[in-house]
Amino acid sequence: MSDLDDLYQTLILDHNRAPRNFRQIGSPSGHAEGRNPLCGDTFDVWVSVAEGVVTDVAFLGQGCAISKASASMMTTIIKGKSVDEVRRLFERFHQMVTGRAPADDGEKSAVRKSLGCLSAFAGVAAFPIRVKCATLAWHALMKAVDEGAERAKGV
Amino acid sequence: MRDRVPAVVTAPWSGERVRADFPMLARVTRGNRLAYLDSAATALKPQAMLDAVSDYYRNVSANVARGVHTPSQEATERFEEVRSAAAVFLGASAGEIVFTAGTTASLNLVAQTIGRLRLEGGGAEILVSELEHHSNLVPWQLVAQATNATIRAIPIDDGGDLDLDWLARNRSERTRVVAVCHVSNVLGTVNPIRRIADLAHEVGAVCVVDGAQGAPHLPVDVVALGCDFYAVSVHKLFGPTGLGLLYGRRALLEGMPPWQGGGGMIGSVSIERSTYAPPPARFEAGTPPIAEVYGLGAVLEYLGTWDWEALGHFEDRLVELARSELRALPGVTVFGAPRARVGVVTFGVAGVHPHDVGTALDAGGVCVRAGHHCAQPLMAKLGVASTVRASFGPYSTEGDVVALLAGVRRAQKVFGR
Ligand SMILES: Cc1ncc(COP(=O)(O)O)c(C=O)c1O
Repeated sequence: MSDLDDLYQTLILDHNRAPRNFRQIGSPSGHAEGRNPLCGDTFDVWVSVAEGVVTDVAFLGQGCAISKASASMMTTIIKGKSVDEVRRLFERFHQMVTGRAPADDGEKSAVRKSLGCLSAFAGVAAFPIRVKCATLAWHALMKAVDEGAERAKGV
Repeated sequence: MRDRVPAVVTAPWSGERVRADFPMLARVTRGNRLAYLDSAATALKPQAMLDAVSDYYRNVSANVARGVHTPSQEATERFEEVRSAAAVFLGASAGEIVFTAGTTASLNLVAQTIGRLRLEGGGAEILVSELEHHSNLVPWQLVAQATNATIRAIPIDDGGDLDLDWLARNRSERTRVVAVCHVSNVLGTVNPIRRIADLAHEVGAVCVVDGAQGAPHLPVDVVALGCDFYAVSVHKLFGPTGLGLLYGRRALLEGMPPWQGGGGMIGSVSIERSTYAPPPARFEAGTPPIAEVYGLGAVLEYLGTWDWEALGHFEDRLVELARSELRALPGVTVFGAPRARVGVVTFGVAGVHPHDVGTALDAGGVCVRAGHHCAQPLMAKLGVASTVRASFGPYSTEGDVVALLAGVRRAQKVFGR
């Protein structure tokens, strides 16, 4: 059952059991809900962006180990990064979990290295049905960031 | 676990023997023998069905009720022959069987035709139940919004049986529709349709039955059940996707307006208006799923060779085995214990999300459904967002149950690390 152990890495199980930044932000610059209509899993993501940099991010909700751990690790890794960096990170993350990361070994490990602890989700590629779980919070985050930017522009 | 007293069993059912008829069971998934425990989502298909569909496309390939040529005539004859066979299967007559796209389409048809007629005027009420699939809820919500009707749900008790006293107390002359499932797709509850239909009829309401999970497990006789409408999905009955049946009591069908307009459902047409064909054609606008009807024909012939009594005992034994074995596992909760139940066992594993259980099972070749099963109100009642459901069919085996249990233990092991 190596696929399974590969998917549920210790790091993922740890974040599932004890999710980080599992709270609400008082006055965020953006908020969005991520919902997987297939399973009913829902996460709320709050983000604070100041001068193009993520200063705080948090989430609440319920979901499977993959979606919850992904949300948790996302919040730990993006704090202090610029919105552009976060976008590029999500792009690479998405490529990895959909199995579209460059095949060449050297390059692949380069992508993985750039993803840091997020590379724990590489096993998702063997379970395509779980890609939605791994990216649920990320999509909500991007929505929250965009919503925040829209709001800032509108005011 | 059925309500009736077991009759004398001729020969016990063999899941292993029937497996040879279902080519899909030969496949391997993730290096494992397939343990298909998701028949409630869609049933596997027998070879005879596949042959019939392919025979239609290869050798007939004609539209029905339209051509003067020989293939078209053959197709039309076969189409109506299968309608008659479906009528026999449900204990109805051919004129009472409408071909639809599935249970969902059948229920929408009923809601938008007789439902709308009966609910018009405001203040009317639809009674559904807490067990219902979204298919037997949302169509009623749509028509309720259009007619200012209200929807209330017959509650379930702790075991998952409907509270019929509630129904008896709460029905009134405002109740125009009572819509319930024959069998719950989550708890397996077999509802006492006769009783429910009688309670509905006493206040002048129509009784609509979602038979999606009934027809694959129970012999259905719509006259004995006493319902006015009975909806079936052919894909859950070992047939092709995209085809459904709607039984409607003839007197009611005749008074119903069309749902969708188009070719085939008319008497005559001018630019401004049309007259409509009598039922069932009135409700079959456009080219019907002809190949699928050929497939259904083969399925009905195949099902005709089955000893349903023996099959019932066989499925009940497997479901009860799975229930008791799962219950014996520490950390596993089996949901519901309705008095009469068929087909499914729904459970949760402490500390492991149903999706993760599903993936752990998949890694061992076990196919189950993990999620809300399109029954979110029932999930809310159970106090969970989702569950794992294993569902059984004529080709299920004890080996499938063993694989299921091994998969649950594997999930617990992975998450216990
Ligand atoms: C009880 C019940 N009703 C309705 C449906 C809907 O059937 P279909 O999607 O084939 O229209 C299902 C299938 O999931 C079901 O289990």
